[in-house]
Amino acid sequence: MELWKKSLKEISELINSKEIKPSEVVEAFIRRTEEVEPKINSYITFLGEKALEDARKKDEELVKKENRGKLFGIPIAIKDNIITKDIKTTCASKILENFIPPYNATVIERLEKEDFILTGKTNLDEFAMGSSTENSAFFTTKNPWDLERVPGGSSGGSAASVSAGLVPVALGSDTGGSIRQPASFCGVVGFKPTYGRVSRYGLVAFASSLDQIGTFSRSVEDTAILMNVISGKDEKDSTSSDREVPDFTNFIGKDIKGIKIGIPKEFFPETLDKEIKEIILNSAKQLEKEGAELVEISLPTSKYSIEAYYIIAPSEASSNLARYDGVRYGYRAEDYKDLEEMYSKTRDRGFGAEVKRRIMLGTYALSSGYYDAYYLKAQKVRALIYLEFMEAFKKVDLILTPTTPDVAFKIGEKTDNPIEMYLSDIFTVSVNMAGLPAISIPAGFKNSLPVGLQLIGKPFDEGTVLQVADRFEKINNYNLKFPNL
Amino acid sequence: MEFEPVIGLEVHVQMSTNTKCFCSCKVEFGAEPNTNVCPVCLGMPGSLPVLNKKALEYAIKASLALNCKVNELSVFARKNYFYPDLPKGYQISQYDKPLATDGYIDIKIDGKTERIRIHRLHMEEDAGKTIHKGKYSYVDLNRAGTPLMEIVSEPDIRSGLGARLYLEKLRNIMRYIGVSNADMEKGQLRCDVNISLRPKGSDKLGTKVEIKNINSFRFVQKAIEYEIERQKRILKKGEKIIQETRLFDEKTGKTFSMRSKEEAHDYRYFPDPDLIPVRITKEYIQEIKNSLPELPDEKAERYIKEYKLTEYDADVLVADKERAKYFEEAISIYSKSPKSIANWIINELLGKLNEKNIAISDSPVKPSHIAELVELIDSGDISTKIAKEVFEEVFKTSKSPKEIVEEKGLKQVSDEGEIRKIIEEILDKHPKEVEKYKAGNKKIMGFFVGQVMKATKGKANPKVVNKILNEILG
Ligand SMILES: [Zn+2]
Repeated sequence: MELWKKSLKEISELINSKEIKPSEVVEAFIRRTEEVEPKINSYITFLGEKALEDARKKDEELVKKENRGKLFGIPIAIKDNIITKDIKTTCASKILENFIPPYNATVIERLEKEDFILTGKTNLDEFAMGSSTENSAFFTTKNPWDLERVPGGSSGGSAASVSAGLVPVALGSDTGGSIRQPASFCGVVGFKPTYGRVSRYGLVAFASSLDQIGTFSRSVEDTAILMNVISGKDEKDSTSSDREVPDFTNFIGKDIKGIKIGIPKEFFPETLDKEIKEIILNSAKQLEKEGAELVEISLPTSKYSIEAYYIIAPSEASSNLARYDGVRYGYRAEDYKDLEEMYSKTRDRGFGAEVKRRIMLGTYALSSGYYDAYYLKAQKVRALIYLEFMEAFKKVDLILTPTTPDVAFKIGEKTDNPIEMYLSDIFTVSVNMAGLPAISIPAGFKNSLPVGLQLIGKPFDEGTVLQVADRFEKINNYNLKFPNL
Repeated sequence: MEFEPVIGLEVHVQMSTNTKCFCSCKVEFGAEPNTNVCPVCLGMPGSLPVLNKKALEYAIKASLALNCKVNELSVFARKNYFYPDLPKGYQISQYDKPLATDGYIDIKIDGKTERIRIHRLHMEEDAGKTIHKGKYSYVDLNRAGTPLMEIVSEPDIRSGLGARLYLEKLRNIMRYIGVSNADMEKGQLRCDVNISLRPKGSDKLGTKVEIKNINSFRFVQKAIEYEIERQKRILKKGEKIIQETRLFDEKTGKTFSMRSKEEAHDYRYFPDPDLIPVRITKEYIQEIKNSLPELPDEKAERYIKEYKLTEYDADVLVADKERAKYFEEAISIYSKSPKSIANWIINELLGKLNEKNIAISDSPVKPSHIAELVELIDSGDISTKIAKEVFEEVFKTSKSPKEIVEEKGLKQVSDEGEIRKIIEEILDKHPKEVEKYKAGNKKIMGFFVGQVMKATKGKANPKVVNKILNEILG
């Protein structure tokens, strides 16, 4: 089997047994990238040379160094809204097109401590606002399974890179489904941990109370390995949790007997695509055969989650994006006669349409006279959604739903209709609103396009999510299928 | 119609923590521009604030010292507005859930105590500085993120003097508890004034005017006094006060309208999702309460009770932390005459220090000197008159009073035999005056005392002199 098809775990074993060198690994992935990247455009910044240099250093370390990191020599792609020291971090926005940060995100520090190799920064919807990468200021990434379709978003670049075999794993961020939806569209494993499990320090904020860094991989076990590295309290992020981090790999290869899985009827509406519904319910039956118990549950408030989300997320975004004012860094318009004009021209030209739309939405929702009716009301809905999930988790250990209402859509299909675009996150958003961990794993195909299954866990119970996902993966082995590129 | 001014103050106090409110950059006055900065206080993408625990402790201390109720749950909120020296495009502040509420400060006007209630105290971060020079504007973010307390009074103040006394007391308390030097010149204390007039006896508030950026206590008083007169004139003409922000011109002593196009801001406050709500346990509040030093009011009360000082003297001594410290140090060395020590500090030392513009902590006359001086008087070694001379000398040389008395031979003569000899000589020389005295002119006694003092260069113990004179002359 080609090297680029191997999992993180497999590559790691080959390196540590000194059967291959890190440079050979990186070379293999560079070759693969040179071959297929022109078709899919997953990277904003590809760092092939740097990665190779890094790998050669590691070749030497492989001989000399005893205590090698858990990710020694593993090539990893990073979504371009995660801050990388001395490496351009653009958020796919013109306003940060040439921004080179002088510091690292905490997750990058943790990956570096474990000797990973950075391959590049992947494409996204501008400031992670979108579901297709069509909102990238630079270009749209293509779905490796069908180049006329979107890879999903906002972490479309990371999802596509893992799907196409450019890297075994990648990091993304998930605010309303931005990891799980593209994972579903690209047929890979996408994991959003519990809010607070992974430090947000250095994740460029879109909606701070919803944003969470997570992983892409082609196997659940790789997700567990990566989660072991990036999880845990960070003094630089007050919202990160000091809950103990279990060894997530301990949940791999376990049976799932007696685990209660809730099927929320609201996530299988009449309008849901028949094939998707069938694939997901069949998946549930497979798990039942493995000894899990299926329980019908109800999450009635979740139907308001999109509406509430599109108040809360833009409200926070309108404030989070105020710092891009052209004063200290990033793009600044050149022609202005006063401060006011510098601000307005800089922001008008620096931000794309969707970002501006959300800034305006949020500014409006927070304005005096509207705050109570919008922001506060949305927060109440959010609290209800959380309580409903907690109520459900008294009866079940896990909740199973489709990740998305349908498979990847065509490029350009939804760009004129933002509401329809927003609805592609309908099954993922409520999870962020409640701060829960959730995974999307490949569950089959509709018209040769991947379909994703979503498993939602209790707060900080990532373990059970991974356990069941791993079992499911091992029954079906969808993860061994690669797109034809 | 008689008008009554209604005045409230919004005070910003910079806390004297070593590091900033939400990052670990140094707080330093006068550093090279943009040297005490990091991704957090520069508002770089992806950076996150982490609350400085010391700042929280200081703010709780201040709240308790100002008799506020410290809320067990308070929340940081974002105040959104654009300005070049505001790196994130919002200021982290507190809004509907402030750290503390419902406190007060007692001030004394003409010997009468007035209570000025405090509406709230909250924490927030400072902005940077914008410097305009010619064509360009420059931004210095060293100050950005410095921890501040905003202390808002109720509109309980009725005069410029009242405002000034409130501010002085506030500054004094901040210094007592060591949370801020509250130096207005250094921008560690900033004050905005809200002022309106209403017919005396009415409980309705008039249209209020805000006066901003006043940079000394004296000017706060002056600005208010001017503004009261200005508003009176307008109201007496039957005209209306315009709600506006005014500035104070130090040269003319007048306030003037800011006339900026600054509209009513909508700051779009909302809870900062990057910071978790601040939860403070009752135990922690109690712990800080226990650690508070004696505050000025308590101190004054103790001075009156324990040392029998007058209320006036006690107030003078506690009005400055260093002054009270000086006094206490002196009485710890010589504890028999706290009242005399207080008198020497208030009547001699303070005037002299003021005249020479020296801080009491740098005084050439040390607390031990005052203690020694009073002890010398009490023991009869020197007279009060000589003591004043000695004091002057100590002030000049910082030598100890004993040393000076020794060197200059200023020790008082209390030996009865010696004094009797001198008196007898004087009486011999002035038979006429003795006659007059015996004829009933008792006033002439003063003449004899004067002569004895002259003969002894003031060193004779006046008590002994009087006693012997009375004995001889009968
Ligand atoms: Zn800083």
